[in-house]
Amino acid sequence: MLHSRPNIIHTARMREADAPQSPVVRFAPDRPLITDAGVPLSPLSIAYQTYGRLNAAKSNAVLVCHALTGDQHVASQNPVTGKPGWWETMVGAGKPIDTDRYFVICSNVVGGCMGTTGPASINPATGRAYGLDLPVVTVRDMVRAQAMLIDHLGIDRLFCVTGGSMGGMQVLQWAASFPERVFAAMPIAAAAKHSSQNIAFHEVGRQAIMADPDWRDGRYLDEGVQPLKGLAVARMAAHITYMSDGALQAKFGRKLQDRAAPTFSFDADFQIESYLRHQGSSFVERFDANSYLYVTRSMDYFDLAADYGGSLAAAFKGTRTRFCVVSFTSDWLFPTSDSRAIVHALNAGGASVSFVEIETDKGHDAFLLDLPELFATTRGFLEAAARARGIAAEAA
Amino acid sequence: MSEAVAIAPGVAPSVRRAARVDLLLIAQMVEVNTRVLDVGCGDGTLLRLLSEERNVDARGIELSQRGVNDCVAKGLSVIQGDADIDLADYPDDTFDYVILSQTLQATRRPRWIIEEMLRIGRRAIVSFPNFGHWRIRAQIAFKGRMPTTENLPHSWYDTPNIHFCTIRDFVALTRRIDARIERSVALNRFGRPIRVGAPWWVWNLFGDQAVFLLRRK
Repeated sequence: MLHSRPNIIHTARMREADAPQSPVVRFAPDRPLITDAGVPLSPLSIAYQTYGRLNAAKSNAVLVCHALTGDQHVASQNPVTGKPGWWETMVGAGKPIDTDRYFVICSNVVGGCMGTTGPASINPATGRAYGLDLPVVTVRDMVRAQAMLIDHLGIDRLFCVTGGSMGGMQVLQWAASFPERVFAAMPIAAAAKHSSQNIAFHEVGRQAIMADPDWRDGRYLDEGVQPLKGLAVARMAAHITYMSDGALQAKFGRKLQDRAAPTFSFDADFQIESYLRHQGSSFVERFDANSYLYVTRSMDYFDLAADYGGSLAAAFKGTRTRFCVVSFTSDWLFPTSDSRAIVHALNAGGASVSFVEIETDKGHDAFLLDLPELFATTRGFLEAAARARGIAAEAA
Repeated sequence: MSEAVAIAPGVAPSVRRAARVDLLLIAQMVEVNTRVLDVGCGDGTLLRLLSEERNVDARGIELSQRGVNDCVAKGLSVIQGDADIDLADYPDDTFDYVILSQTLQATRRPRWIIEEMLRIGRRAIVSFPNFGHWRIRAQIAFKGRMPTTENLPHSWYDTPNIHFCTIRDFVALTRRIDARIERSVALNRFGRPIRVGAPWWVWNLFGDQAVFLLRRK
């Protein structure tokens, strides 16, 4: 069985969902977010973190977009898990996204559970958590909300927008929706649309959550329970897709967990089983199940070309943004062919685009890991873009 | 390198010393303020030369990750890809010039690549080693061995060069694919251009490498 702890209220997580330790911008009802679903979301809270200093010309802002289960704590300790920020290899003083030079912003996505309005936030109309009363949100809605935050911060034009996976989808959406506001864009391990296979994996995860009796049709927070088992299974299934077969073989193979021989039971005999169970049970302590439904759904609906008459090239027509597209050889969730499709569309539109396929066995999650080739590419791309943008070596 | 000064007067002295002679020749053939794609751009030396000295909107394709990283670090727009496949993805008339320097002999489909270059660009610039040079001929004729030279040091069994041609072979191909030769220069093995107006057989015998500027008919 899964070693999760049912009926334990995860207080830190609950607190972060509605009253986070991060700075929060609250948009009053006169400034609603009009969602793609056609439903206004209001009032809207956006929780975010910043690192480094905005220069006088406001030309050095880098927006980092987080992935499915990420959050705004790019390079600061996560208040729920106590762990370091999720991209500290990439963001920080002297790192490729150098906080001595750039002003780095990251906000929790709409639909998330770390302080931006999401299904675990209190619905002011009812005084209870939104649950499924929150409108379904899209990647474009996430980007609209980020644009409201950027406006609030007084920044006209971002120096760079970057992120991996779902974060990369947001990067592409930014470049398409607000081309004049994005000087440089770096989507990593991303795609311009979610594939059928990817939607399928997400559906498995959602069904696991909804099949948990403690899900209670999405009203579990009212009833003091949580669909921890369902959410853990969703995470276990998803986690497999983030790694390559080769890396799993190399790390776990068929090795047994703390035992010399199989037990002929359904215990976690194999190390890979034990590892996955751990991934599942630690995930449920930091993530809200309904949030997982919403955020996976936003990726499923992402199809950038569809918004431009079926032509991805049209989405980027006439763009002056400088692009650097990055993929990983062993990523089968967002394979290199997805990145190439983006590159082809940018080329067709005459955009300035670089493309690097980085050789690694680390799979989709490679963008989160210590990968010197990724750092070299990022550093080079940003430095060249900073020269073109006239950003001094030291932030003003 | 005094001859290089004559070849590429628009190029800075520091760059001249560093660059290969064929790159300087190519740079001279490119008009200022144009759009250029360099196929197999390596570490971006030519692209940088073109963007700095010719104010060219310079793009590249390069197979090696190392080369692409070097280019990106220089601020160049370069795509990791294989010329034998990826040229097909570019729309017609995207560039003023498409350049292939010292790479033709290593491609799987040289004819297709030149045709694609002329589809994507209004003009194509191709530089290649001449396999008709007398020293190469002599190695086969007198030693009976596959030729190796300073510029082409690989043995037959480990060479990346799979499609060698001579200058006359190349000229024949341009006729076959209906391309017009706007300019052509053969360089002897000291990097000096062979006298303009010399007959093809002289070029073919004494040209160590050649640079052709082609245009669609």
